[in-house]
Amino acid sequence: MMESIKELSKEEYLLKGHIACAGCGLTISLRLLFKALGNKLVMVVPACCTSVIPGPYPYTSFAVPVQNIIFEATGATASGVVAAFRQRGIKDVPVVGWAGDGGTFDIGIQALSGAAERETNFIYICYDNEAYGNTGIQRSGATPYGAWTTTTPTGKKERKKDMPFIMAAHRIPYIATACPSYPMDFINKIRKAKEIKGTKFIHILAPCPTGWRYDTSKTVEIGRLAVQTGMWALFEIEYGKFKLNSPSDRLIDKAKRKPVKEYLSLQGRFRKLTEDDIEKIQRWVDEDWERYRKLALNQYV
Amino acid sequence: MQNVIDTANHIVAYAAKAARVQVIAAYPITPQTSIVERIAELVESGELNAEYIRVESEHSAMSACMGAAAGGVRTFTATSSHGLVLMHEALHWASGSRLPIVMPVVNRALGPGWNIWADFTDSMSQRDTGWIQFYCAENQEVFDTIIQVYKLCENERVLLPAMVCLEGFILSHTYMPVEIPDQEKIDDFLPPYKPKWFLDVNKPISHANIVSPEWYMEFRYMIQEAMENAKQLIPEIDKEYGKYFGFEHGGLIDKYKCEDADLILLTMGTIGSEAKIAVDNLRKEGLKVGTARVRVFRPFPREEIRKLAENAQMFAVIDRGISFGMEGFLAEETKASLSNQKDQPLIAGFIAGLGGRDVTFKTIEKIAKKSSEWMRAGKVGKETVWVDLRK
Repeated sequence: MMESIKELSKEEYLLKGHIACAGCGLTISLRLLFKALGNKLVMVVPACCTSVIPGPYPYTSFAVPVQNIIFEATGATASGVVAAFRQRGIKDVPVVGWAGDGGTFDIGIQALSGAAERETNFIYICYDNEAYGNTGIQRSGATPYGAWTTTTPTGKKERKKDMPFIMAAHRIPYIATACPSYPMDFINKIRKAKEIKGTKFIHILAPCPTGWRYDTSKTVEIGRLAVQTGMWALFEIEYGKFKLNSPSDRLIDKAKRKPVKEYLSLQGRFRKLTEDDIEKIQRWVDEDWERYRKLALNQYV
Repeated sequence: MQNVIDTANHIVAYAAKAARVQVIAAYPITPQTSIVERIAELVESGELNAEYIRVESEHSAMSACMGAAAGGVRTFTATSSHGLVLMHEALHWASGSRLPIVMPVVNRALGPGWNIWADFTDSMSQRDTGWIQFYCAENQEVFDTIIQVYKLCENERVLLPAMVCLEGFILSHTYMPVEIPDQEKIDDFLPPYKPKWFLDVNKPISHANIVSPEWYMEFRYMIQEAMENAKQLIPEIDKEYGKYFGFEHGGLIDKYKCEDADLILLTMGTIGSEAKIAVDNLRKEGLKVGTARVRVFRPFPREEIRKLAENAQMFAVIDRGISFGMEGFLAEETKASLSNQKDQPLIAGFIAGLGGRDVTFKTIEKIAKKSSEWMRAGKVGKETVWVDLRK
């Protein structure tokens, strides 16, 4: 466990010259991933923002080996790399699948489910910016209710999938949520995942100023508000045991959580929400937290 | 050396073992299933030291193979029909990634209606994916081709994936005698895979990343060059294999009694074996006929086709598949190969054996006789004939 951010290495493996948008939440997450694991990892990256961010051939801003792969294939291709390394006796190199929400919730869910069911020894990280960001903000299975996207111009009419619990149904040893606004929690979870054998699923809320319509300077603040309002809960499910992490563990009491409106009103994508919509979202968040409360008490899913 | 009598599917599994494949990722589909079943037995008994990933779809099978090959090991899968077509996207990515994956394809018709029998449309419709394609006529050739193809694909001048095609049931489930050479000799012919690169933390590279219009064409050109290199290497490797093990299969094209033939039957797969019987029978009747079985469809043996055309008056091309709206695949490529050539032979296309309908030597004799009538008349009666089509 890292106790202080000062313990972090000063080495950077996300190099200068990448072409991410200003204020990109996933790029902060990438930097934290490399801070957590150093450069001794192999990444499998499908079509997503991250396949663009390193820049075009013959350049790359990633100082780690990357296998780029087709959109829906992350879980399967990572399985292949893991098998190859086992054959070659390479033991100390974690294989990290790094995919967006479209590549995880939608087109890639089959390959991910298969890899998890086969107990593939790898870390799958979903950086969730709640839309198809790379193609210009279209709705995905991760887009929340009411959010504007280019394919939901009047707001999405359906709710977001509960992806960590879909993964929990696969009985994998480790599931965690994280957010780059809480770097210590983020890094500790990735380091913990590295030490566990089997499939590890880490779900990151990656605020996206381009898609969410907020000022590029506010990414960290938006992430914090997501957690403080309870729209995003930081938790782990370790060998089936559910545990809320700080600061979410102090938010079980509704009075401690900020109203969701504070999170929603900062983002242009929620501009068209009515008061009824906001009430509905607040109710759903409260219901989720009632579930978390029970889970935390019973300590299993 | 070991003499076995077994089905082509089991022979495929023994060839994978003989090639010492290190990662297998596969999904079952009729009529490929007995390959993945036998491989599972070989892996679980410890006879084959390999990782076996039982994936949840063919798309994932190819995607896992790409991960494994990029991880630096010899990689294997097998599929058929709808499974192959589901892989289509991944097939392009595998060749573009220059990963030497070998995949037997048990040729089967595509639905609807559901049909599990032999047809080349599955693999033919993947001809533009950048994969090398071999078509086999008998079980011994299936074994030999798999060993040969690893040597070919892993050659630095090639580095492309390859399909080894065999017709469903006609080969996949038919017992034939096969000689399996001693393992030490195979190891000598096909040494362990030494990847040119792999996903190495000590030499980090970004593989298969974004390529702008400034560079994309150059990468495509290199694939075309690799195909041309393969065209050179295939006959050489076939000959070398013959020296080692006593079996040669004609390199790019397996020719039979073509030297003095006026009429040449162009075939692929097992129709090529039946055609040899037909040729012998027709020769007894005084017809100067030969047959050439196209063993390698990609890269296409354009130069060999041209050489055959020099002395022949007519080609009868038999296709177990059709490109709808045009004609048989082999007929198309044959005609394309002869464009800009002087004194082209007459060419007639025959569609036969779709969805597993029998094509026997008698069917082929009928095709040859009709073609020979047209040859004497100096004019092809019909561009494409559907053989034995019900009225």
